[in-house]
Amino acid sequence: MSRINLELPGLSLKNPIMPASGCFGFGREYAQLYDLSKLGAIMIKATTLETRAGNPTPRVAETAAGMLNAIGLQNPGLEKVMNEELKFLEGYDVPIIANVAGTEVTDYVEVARQISTAANVKALELNISCPNVKCGGIQFGTDPATAQELTAAVKAVSSVPVYVKLSPNVTSVVDIAKAVETGGADGITMINTLVGMRLHEKTGKPVIANGTGGLSGPAVKPVAIRMVYEVYKAVTIPIIGMGGVTNVQDVIDFMSAGASAVAVGTANFVDHFVCPNIIEALPAKLDELGVGHISEIIGRSHR
Amino acid sequence: MIRSERMTVVRQVKIAHNIFELVLQGELVQDMSPGQFVHVKVSDTLEPLLRRPISIADVNKENQQFTMIYRAEGRGTTVLSLAVAGQEIDVLGPLGHGFPVEAAPVGGTALLVGGGIGVPPLHELSKQLNARGVRTIHVLGFQSENVTFYEQQFNKLGDTYYVTVDGTKGTKGFVTTLLDDLKPEFDVFYCCGPLPMLKAMENTYPHKEGYLSFEERMGCGIGACFACVCQTTEQVEKDYVKVCSDGPVFPKGVVQL
Repeated sequence: MSRINLELPGLSLKNPIMPASGCFGFGREYAQLYDLSKLGAIMIKATTLETRAGNPTPRVAETAAGMLNAIGLQNPGLEKVMNEELKFLEGYDVPIIANVAGTEVTDYVEVARQISTAANVKALELNISCPNVKCGGIQFGTDPATAQELTAAVKAVSSVPVYVKLSPNVTSVVDIAKAVETGGADGITMINTLVGMRLHEKTGKPVIANGTGGLSGPAVKPVAIRMVYEVYKAVTIPIIGMGGVTNVQDVIDFMSAGASAVAVGTANFVDHFVCPNIIEALPAKLDELGVGHISEIIGRSHR
Repeated sequence: MIRSERMTVVRQVKIAHNIFELVLQGELVQDMSPGQFVHVKVSDTLEPLLRRPISIADVNKENQQFTMIYRAEGRGTTVLSLAVAGQEIDVLGPLGHGFPVEAAPVGGTALLVGGGIGVPPLHELSKQLNARGVRTIHVLGFQSENVTFYEQQFNKLGDTYYVTVDGTKGTKGFVTTLLDDLKPEFDVFYCCGPLPMLKAMENTYPHKEGYLSFEERMGCGIGACFACVCQTTEQVEKDYVKVCSDGPVFPKGVVQL
């Protein structure tokens, strides 16, 4: 019997490791490198009703132990994602978490209604925290009332459980977490990127064309751990934690803080095999910790 | 096939001001073609974090070695320049689509135009074109003489002309300055260099078949992150291409310049 499988609303996970949305496209590229069926789940790139072209380049910049990005939710739109990308992913035995984004509440509702009917989409991840788009995204995720309302509207039409992705760019992440729980969220994913900026050494101007970008990578891990720790105490729904995960110890840290599963983002760019490598390393780590099943470590920092 | 491999440093030599030639050995050399690139993890720590895309300057499949020529400019490439023989370096590759060698007719002539750190991939391209029986003309642009390299290697492969912005070597000015005088006869051109150079080549030879190699800041290097997208002209179905996985080499006219 597996020591690393987990059950979350809508999700039967072979293991708690999944690539984070925006860092894995729709899986096609990584499918050239390894069998996607090894993953616990895949959080696909944010999907909007219409095709989005994204922001001007440069869209990424390196920072100390991290990176900034301002991709701008570029994606081929709902129809193509459903007909081409999700169809492609049907070739793998892995549950898909569809990241849903929009400009208006009605966009979110329509994308959620349709995409949740796809055979392999087992949960939605409501993107109310993207810092890189002018409309939609972060402004839905910084006000508790708005976040609650949007969650409820999406929950009403979705055929699968709804997780809400929280932004760290708020005064109280706990207030937002409680609001989305009240709105009917089945789970929380956290954290999205932190708004940051890097200036060009010679010109003094922002390196990223958008000006600001979302900071991710190992640099943000302490912030993410703190937020998961706080939210775990405040809500009863499960948390999928992320932010700077690069190795098996980071996974243990997030789960100890209260995460029931863990997503890997930027590290996929640094070590393209990081997800299968972590999955392979988990049983030995459990032995080292003297733990029988991985679920035993969830929230152990609070006990 | 894309592989991840810890390759062994055979040697590293400084060949011009801040320009390094690094020879690595490993199995992924078997799949390399000219114009492709590798994604290099310059350190085994998390700092610097991201990989560096570096072009392939020479391939030797017999002894499983390839050469990268790069400029040590930022933190990552400076760390890389400290690598010594025997050390292992984490390399992902080969990545992207390179130059179509077969586009040049056997017995014909190819014009290879490069600028600065865009010159290295033209070396392997020229080798393969020559092996195919294609005559090559090289026009290589640099800022100044102290950053030029591989004069002997390019001379061996065909007529080679240097252009420098400050006039310290070859013709003073830009590659187009020399091309205007030279008026070379050729069947197809290949170009790798800064955007203004790519644009100039496209404008100078509107009726010639040509291939341009692009550079854009990358995240993943394999097409998943959408960091290195470029707008396309209307000639293709998609309105964008990814430099890392659809390119870095595109036929002239595909990418909006």
